[in-house]
Amino acid sequence: MATVVVPAQLRRLTGGKERVVARGRNVGQIIEDLERQFPGFRAQLMENDDVKPSVAVSVDGEMGTGGVLDPVGEASEVFFLPAIAGG
Amino acid sequence: MAASTNGYRVIGTRPIRHDGVDKVTGRAKYGADYAFPGMLHGKVLRSPHAHAIIKSIKVDKALALPGVKAVVTSADLPELADKMEQAGEQALNLAQLSQNILARNKVLYDGHAIAAVAATSPHIAEEALRLIEVEYELLPPVMTVEDAMKPGAPILLPKLRNKDEGPDKPTNVATHIQFKRGDVNDGFKSADYTIEREFKTAMVHQGYIEPHNAVGIYNSDGHATIYCSTQGTFVVRALSAAVLGMPEGHIKVVPAEIGGGFGGKTTIYLEPLSVLLSKKTGAPVKLVMSRAEVLRGSGPTSGSTIRCKMGCTKAGKLVAAQIWMAYEAGGFPGSPVGAGAMTIVAPYDIPNILIDAYDVVVNRPKTAAYRAPGATNAAMASESVVDELAEKCGIDPCDFRIMNGAKEGTPQTAGPPYRRIGYIETVQAIKNSPHYKSKLEGPNRGRGVATGFWFNVGLQSSSIVNLHTDGTASVVIGSVDIGGTRAAQAMIVAEVLGLDINDVRPLVADTDSIGHTDVTGGSRTAFATGWATYDAAQDVVRQLKERAARLWEKKPEEVTFSNGVLSAQGEGVKPMTVKEIASRLARTGGPVTGRATVNARGVGPGFAAALIDVEVDPDTGKVQILRATVAQDVGKAIHPSYVEGQMQGGTAQGIGWALNEEYFYDDKGNLRNFGLLDYRMPTCLDLPLIETAIVEVPTPGHPLGVRGVGEVSIVPPPAAIANAIYRATGVRMTECPMSPPKVLKAMLKKRGGAENQAAAAGR
Repeated sequence: MATVVVPAQLRRLTGGKERVVARGRNVGQIIEDLERQFPGFRAQLMENDDVKPSVAVSVDGEMGTGGVLDPVGEASEVFFLPAIAGG
Repeated sequence: MAASTNGYRVIGTRPIRHDGVDKVTGRAKYGADYAFPGMLHGKVLRSPHAHAIIKSIKVDKALALPGVKAVVTSADLPELADKMEQAGEQALNLAQLSQNILARNKVLYDGHAIAAVAATSPHIAEEALRLIEVEYELLPPVMTVEDAMKPGAPILLPKLRNKDEGPDKPTNVATHIQFKRGDVNDGFKSADYTIEREFKTAMVHQGYIEPHNAVGIYNSDGHATIYCSTQGTFVVRALSAAVLGMPEGHIKVVPAEIGGGFGGKTTIYLEPLSVLLSKKTGAPVKLVMSRAEVLRGSGPTSGSTIRCKMGCTKAGKLVAAQIWMAYEAGGFPGSPVGAGAMTIVAPYDIPNILIDAYDVVVNRPKTAAYRAPGATNAAMASESVVDELAEKCGIDPCDFRIMNGAKEGTPQTAGPPYRRIGYIETVQAIKNSPHYKSKLEGPNRGRGVATGFWFNVGLQSSSIVNLHTDGTASVVIGSVDIGGTRAAQAMIVAEVLGLDINDVRPLVADTDSIGHTDVTGGSRTAFATGWATYDAAQDVVRQLKERAARLWEKKPEEVTFSNGVLSAQGEGVKPMTVKEIASRLARTGGPVTGRATVNARGVGPGFAAALIDVEVDPDTGKVQILRATVAQDVGKAIHPSYVEGQMQGGTAQGIGWALNEEYFYDDKGNLRNFGLLDYRMPTCLDLPLIETAIVEVPTPGHPLGVRGVGEVSIVPPPAAIANAIYRATGVRMTECPMSPPKVLKAMLKKRGGAENQAAAAGR
């Protein structure tokens, strides 16, 4: 199962836990498993069946495409963070 | 310092840019150069008030003026839902975007657009603006984050809410972001030295030379073409379509040459107005901002207030950082405070951090991106405090940074560990520079060091490589060329295909002629578009191998390609150059075109370090830059001259931000310095030749190891200058700009304090 590092402002959903585990082969499945375990995650991270534009996802230290289909491995570490725009 | 070619034939060399001749001879076509038969000229009416309700707008008198063909207001635009949409690299609230283009019910800053006129000449259009009657109900302006966050502050956006304050409380705080690692209280307990200071930076503008412009042509078939200066044609298309309520595919955006953007041209202002006015009049309509409009009505970057507390042990190990930061978003939410929060201690490995960041609306222009948005404000604070801690510990400022510097595996502020990065190497490059090793002598002189971080982004790019029958090639991209993009893309094609750089012609295409490509911004173009171009050129190689295999009756995998020569083992094989096989394309299957698209993953962040010597006039407080060196990790420099240009350009803008630039508002919220005489950007007389040290730590996974280079060099200069001023005068500056009055005031305060102490001692 992948390890999800919970952003500080979402730790209220996990009872203060910084790290939780979730099952899924891609980012979308991970979010669905988080929602099953900790209701409220989906609303924070998803809209229109995809990751919110304001949210970026890092899997194993690599910034992906930002979408639900980004692959997640069995031992992956997943971070949700604010999306960044450059100049 | 020279970049290496590292076995490359073309990459790492310095050819003359393909667009150079057109640019130096004046043939290059910028947005304002476009003209069409029957073209009308548009002008925009802007609010003279910082904060007011629009009671009514009467346009009858303006419409009656001979030569006036149309007037538009927000009533001519669809009212959009209050919803976030992805637009390239940024998420935008389209309703607010529309209200920024033409105010609806309320004006939120001096310069906010209210109406637009199309007329047969610019002068008639200007005259018509004076005939539009707007009735306002004035509201108190809210100009600072401190005032905006006070209980009972006038509310700019009645519907605005945030999660902290709940759904029932109107607020000016759009967002609160928090990052937390470890326990800062425990961290500070273990610190031997703790420094806490408050910093302020002023709102500043990108200062691109070319004002915003657009020519819109609406056809009776419902399609429109926009010619404009932009960093992203596809973002102009998407946003204009949304604001106008048109299908995206009904708009074609043609990129003009761009006279600077620095992030400020990643959104829209005039583009939908040109289409709207064209639709109303049936004629092409051109709008060009004046400099005053650019300063009053486009998107500068945020001013900020940052309270930064950091602690370290006597041995110089950083143990805790606690930061409170609030950024001015302008009239609508969307400051880069999130990026500021994630960059402020990004260069360091600190076990305990707590960062609270606030995006705050104020009656100033809606901010737009500016080179490493949010990071320069942040580094002014953290890099000043780090300098002070290094001094407390008696450790050289470079060594202190190297001791605490982030490396592969260090957690970033938001948590993910860094992959291979070049922070330590970048600081080392400064330490090893002739500048650092030189002595700085003379009174009132000081030397300062600071460093900076920027994420860089990946995103989507498309590229097409056409091989022509004479063995030359063209590369077609959707990335607007701001800092040498054409040359870099052509060099990648020349490298892969073994061609001479002058045999590859680069072309920046319109939105109908190339696949989706995100903005030239976020330091992404050489990285992502370069990746697509590399893959497209490899697609050409793959096809050439197939053609050669056909000629030699071999399998494609038996054909090799090296340095532009196709070959294979066996009898009857006469190796062929690309030029030779190009002439035989017709008989081997037809034209060869390579194509590739990427949504680039695995982007590598960039680090920069600045070393700056200053002399401070003790009588006036004027700071003169004596010498400046910038080091930057660029992954791999495709064209070192243009990489150095980015490093120098960012440093020059950082120096301007540090010393002189600021939006200056009066107590009514009116901008008082809306020209370049009063908005003081640095000129060549203010700057020495900026020395550069290119550091090349390749980005893992990228075929050429490229990192973004366009932004991070703007980050360190303000803090480096503040640190240099301290060494010159003994005064710690905590406010940008460090303009003569502010520096003089700080010096006088220090002298006054010293004199008082002396007087007290004398008593």
